[in-house]
Amino acid sequence: MSAYSVTEPSKASKWVAAALVVLYTIITLLPLVWIISTSFKSGPDSISYPPKVLFEPALEGYVNLFTTRTRIAAEDFAALPPPETWYDQIVRDQGMVIAGQSRFGERFLNSVIIGFGSTFLSIFLGTLAAYAFSRFKVPLKDDLLFFILSTRMMPPIAVAIPIYLMYRELGLSDTHLGMILLYTAVNISLAVWLLKGFIDEIPREYEEAALIDGYTRFQAFRKVVLPQAATGIASTAIFCLIFAWNEYAFAVLLTSGNAQTAPPFIPTIIGVGGQDWPAVAAGATLFLLPVMIFTILLRKHLLRGITFGAVRK
Amino acid sequence: MPNPIEAAARATPAPIARKVRGLSDRAIAWIFVAPTIFLLLAVNIFPLIWTVRLSFTNYAANRPNREVEWVGLRNYTRILTDEGTWATMQTTAHFLFWTIALQVVLGFTLAWLINRKFKGNDLLTTLIVLPMMLSPAVVGNFWTFLYQPQIGLVNYVVELVTGIPASSFSMLGPGGLAPWSIIIVDTWMWTPFVMLICLAGLRSIPDYIYEAAEVDRASKWRQFWTITVPMVLPFLMLAVLFRGIENFKMFDMVNLLTGGGPGNETLLTSIDLKREAFEKWRTGYSSAYAIILFVTVFGLASIYVKALNKVKER
Repeated sequence: MSAYSVTEPSKASKWVAAALVVLYTIITLLPLVWIISTSFKSGPDSISYPPKVLFEPALEGYVNLFTTRTRIAAEDFAALPPPETWYDQIVRDQGMVIAGQSRFGERFLNSVIIGFGSTFLSIFLGTLAAYAFSRFKVPLKDDLLFFILSTRMMPPIAVAIPIYLMYRELGLSDTHLGMILLYTAVNISLAVWLLKGFIDEIPREYEEAALIDGYTRFQAFRKVVLPQAATGIASTAIFCLIFAWNEYAFAVLLTSGNAQTAPPFIPTIIGVGGQDWPAVAAGATLFLLPVMIFTILLRKHLLRGITFGAVRK
Repeated sequence: MPNPIEAAARATPAPIARKVRGLSDRAIAWIFVAPTIFLLLAVNIFPLIWTVRLSFTNYAANRPNREVEWVGLRNYTRILTDEGTWATMQTTAHFLFWTIALQVVLGFTLAWLINRKFKGNDLLTTLIVLPMMLSPAVVGNFWTFLYQPQIGLVNYVVELVTGIPASSFSMLGPGGLAPWSIIIVDTWMWTPFVMLICLAGLRSIPDYIYEAAEVDRASKWRQFWTITVPMVLPFLMLAVLFRGIENFKMFDMVNLLTGGGPGNETLLTSIDLKREAFEKWRTGYSSAYAIILFVTVFGLASIYVKALNKVKER
């Protein structure tokens, strides 16, 4: 495009804008870079002052994240056989021995089960409801849609009180099923709104043609609408997954031993005299990295989804 | 407006119409919507009604065998006449005002800069968006490390930039900085959200409006205030609505960063509610508290939406 355009910013203004945005990006990414770099620091390096930018990488944080350790008497420690594995060695270097596995693996797995379970359910139910709202005359449609949306205005703690009592009665406290149902209920409002928007964009003529060809409604929905809405469904699913993955308030109040997810667990990782920062950072890195990678890889759909979902409401 | 499907069905000759087999559309509509409505009734509305009921009692969830008494409106009058509640509301208002103000200014500025369409702006947008995608609990917890007195990165950077000795202040300790510390973290996390919405607004302005303004010799400054700002305003107000609702509910990040402390300096309503409900186990009292909060958000949001619609109509 060589033609002069009044709306095209000048070269100089582009440079200034780019420089300012790069500066903001660097500042905003610093805490995230710090999380990742702290996860590779040794205990003393992590709390040295001035903060160390260059350091010798260590796997102490990751080993401590997955193990529990104890101190033993000095004479017993001296009498130990040489360490068998590299991680034994790392723990020995801290003057301790491995006592067992930590619960981080379990907590991470819970996050995966509850995250994917609730996402699947939200998308399944949400797509059906969105299709019905998009295509059929549903009595009180606008009221129902507003009702679905207004459920998001309640503070989670306010909802948590009766849910806590209800789950106690039903035996759903601290279970995967209980958390999946709860996260589904929270996510479904967003899912219905987003999906309705995506389905509205698919021309009705496609289905009508299929109906005339002898498809039933169900078949038309499954074979015509679903493939068309696949991209929309996928980006909605990512939002549901990220919400369930990150959720903390319900998790910390309603789960403890069995179905606890990683967000309430990571802040409880403690070492000698307070939080074990390299281990906390290692847990945070493992937990946050999938979301960061996802965001960067799927940026087009995600960014569109955020504005689309918000502006549509 | 007549339903085109029905119209098509009526217009279709009988032999073809008979081929549209299976359940009627009406039945399918209900089958599709019912599970969602049922789930929301069970997990949202039923608990809400239960909360209303509990709010008139002195029930305590950790003592299920104690006789439950109806106390009428006592919980409500106690909350509304308690000075602590009003202090908490003030803390929340302070947090809401400053987070929204900072995020609007920063978010709009960033969107405006990114809209210069320089090379690589989409990659930078993605990188800027990263903080809002991450778990506020996990990140909030890590910020306590960045805010450590004496050794924290924040204190170090402040000393480096301003020369104020790092050991002379504590971001989360006593000294009045804690309310600002949570505002900083929230702004860091959520500025990208406001930015994205503003960017959508800026991109929705058609070029020809600026071209027409240019023909009329309107200065850039005038174009900004008479075209850009008014056309982005509805988007910006929407972003403010979402940030307002979300931050009124704020719990996770602040609970891990300060837990309401030091003292009650950062005691936001949700954290206060958690203390009443799950530490002091005053279930009846906290149910009334929850209802008051819900009505407040709902009321404020409704008034705001009315204002928003007026702006949109202009």
